Amino acid sequence: MAEPLLKVEDLRLYYRTEAGTLRALDGVSFELKRGEAVVLLGESGCGKSSLAKALLRLLPRNVAHHSGRVLLNGTDIMALSNERFRRDIRWSRISIVMQAAMNALNPVVKVGEQVAEPLLVHAGWKRADAARKAAETLTRVGVAADFMDRYPFELSGGMRQRVVLAMALITEPELIILDEPTSALDLLTQASIMNVLKRIKWETGTSFILITHDVGTSSELVDHVALMYAGQIVEASPARAFFREPAHPYGRALMASVPKLHDLADPVHIEGHPPNLLNPPKGCRFAERCPHRFEPCRREPPFFEIEGGRRALCWLFDKGAQG
Amino acid sequence: MSDLASPAFSATESLLTVRDLRTWFTLRKWGFLNAGTVHAVDGVTFDLARGESVAIVGESGCGKSTLARTLLGLDQPTEGEIVIEGEPLGTMDAAALRRLRATVGYVQQDPYGALPPFMNIAKTLAEPLRIHGISDAQERARRIRAALQEVGLTPPDEFLEKFPHMLSGGQQQRVVIARALILQPSLIVADEPVSMLDASVSVGILRLLRRIQQERGLTLLFITHDLSTVRHFARRVFVMYAGRFVETGAVEALLDAPQHPYTQALLAAIADPDPDNADRERDVPGGEPPSLVRPPPGCRFHPRCPHAMAGLCDRDEPPEFEPQHGQFSWCWLHR
Repeated sequence: MAEPLLKVEDLRLYYRTEAGTLRALDGVSFELKRGEAVVLLGESGCGKSSLAKALLRLLPRNVAHHSGRVLLNGTDIMALSNERFRRDIRWSRISIVMQAAMNALNPVVKVGEQVAEPLLVHAGWKRADAARKAAETLTRVGVAADFMDRYPFELSGGMRQRVVLAMALITEPELIILDEPTSALDLLTQASIMNVLKRIKWETGTSFILITHDVGTSSELVDHVALMYAGQIVEASPARAFFREPAHPYGRALMASVPKLHDLADPVHIEGHPPNLLNPPKGCRFAERCPHRFEPCRREPPFFEIEGGRRALCWLFDKGAQG
Repeated sequence: MSDLASPAFSATESLLTVRDLRTWFTLRKWGFLNAGTVHAVDGVTFDLARGESVAIVGESGCGKSTLARTLLGLDQPTEGEIVIEGEPLGTMDAAALRRLRATVGYVQQDPYGALPPFMNIAKTLAEPLRIHGISDAQERARRIRAALQEVGLTPPDEFLEKFPHMLSGGQQQRVVIARALILQPSLIVADEPVSMLDASVSVGILRLLRRIQQERGLTLLFITHDLSTVRHFARRVFVMYAGRFVETGAVEALLDAPQHPYTQALLAAIADPDPDNADRERDVPGGEPPSLVRPPPGCRFHPRCPHAMAGLCDRDEPPEFEPQHGQFSWCWLHR
């Protein structure tokens, strides 16, 4: 089998806080093949944005512990020096569209220059070539090339988000991380940006990690779902299977909480709160809120393989125990 | 337009009547030069019957929040008429406005921003009671406990002394709802009450609002950009675009058979979780909502509309049509 583009093994990221050590990521592993897209699906505080930051080493200062392996085409990029990571990996091979990045554009620099900047900084292109490429990339994401000379304040939110996307695309990275790429946008703008992403995926074979809390949006792009809860991936499934019916009880509860346009079933919220990551429970982290809780849940569940290439961190799938 | 044919006329007792409402803002350059007028709400007419729940759906900048703020007396209407509980809003003096604030409860979008950070929950909830003349401290405490109980913050004693930052987003929003309810209003205006919350939490808030609305027989005006929540949490929908209603009707009819091209586009853009979504592009109209300073002539959706008819839609404002019984659409296609 071909080497996966990205392989993340037992990634841990803890933060130092005044109240103690916060375990934002606690042993996360997943793989992504070239040309495919995976969603890290989860609600606020589940660690999904920390994962994006850890992959790109955009970490805050209060990191208490950071371990695990991140293999890009078989090379452990966690082991690289910061200098090499900056030069060889970040932006040239993995780029990111950060949450609310459209509000982080430099207000006094023209759009075209900002889009071209990664080429100048990370790839040493000549100005004129970079400008040409910037115009081409902007057109691709649905921004007319004559916007090159405008300033960010002259653009709508949707246009600015497209500009940010162009910045992530311009170096033709193998992998693009999208952290809530459409969450602040209107419905129609959201849908048209998802169209742009789909087209890029189909035409260029770029791989994506989509980070979102939005089940509906994630079903627009991805081939695989990694469902996150309290710093862990609790289910990893092909998208088809997951969106039909999640395996993990948290996935089912989350799906049942989403109001659907064409579904008469009344959405139901999940009682309770995610556990405190300063002191996560010893056993299954969802147990306290889980309708299927039973005796084994007091111990930490391992990943159980389920048919159809699915895995879930849940004792319900322990075939051995049930005989 | 006769009242009987108005988009949302209802035969039962009307709690709120809005006629041809316009709320405009003047833009100032350098603090004094007139730099144009934002037509945020530009000719809106409807009635709300006592005890019904209605959703106003639209994208950001369509004027839905301004409409809410105008109904709450927070923005001044430029033209038109608002009558709440038989009292016209425009002629209200300070005392009447205070009574209005007791009649209408407001649930804001951002619960954290809506709660004073330096006041504990007991104080936050006591404030409206004090302002509205409940001077007996014991009576206030009783009502505060009852309100917390009603919004599911139990046991109330655990929450009284807490400050907003000690609560989760969902709990904060429950406090905001408790505050909106504490003066026994007859109308609740909820402006995007869950857009800042996670899905699993937001449904809990919407269910709570629905339960309270039904139990108390309140009128609920629910403002949202999210059409998929509408089916479960409102009975009628008004779809708003560029300062106006483009379609109104009963929830099921409107979602299952949308008549206006804008409503159709909105519905086509919604992604229910579905594994087939990734294989197809969505049909999305190009362009963006128009400037409210210089809205386009004719139908305001015509520059983006796939069915726009030259010489008509770009020139003449569409009147109200009733393509389906009880479902109104402002579109020349129904001519």
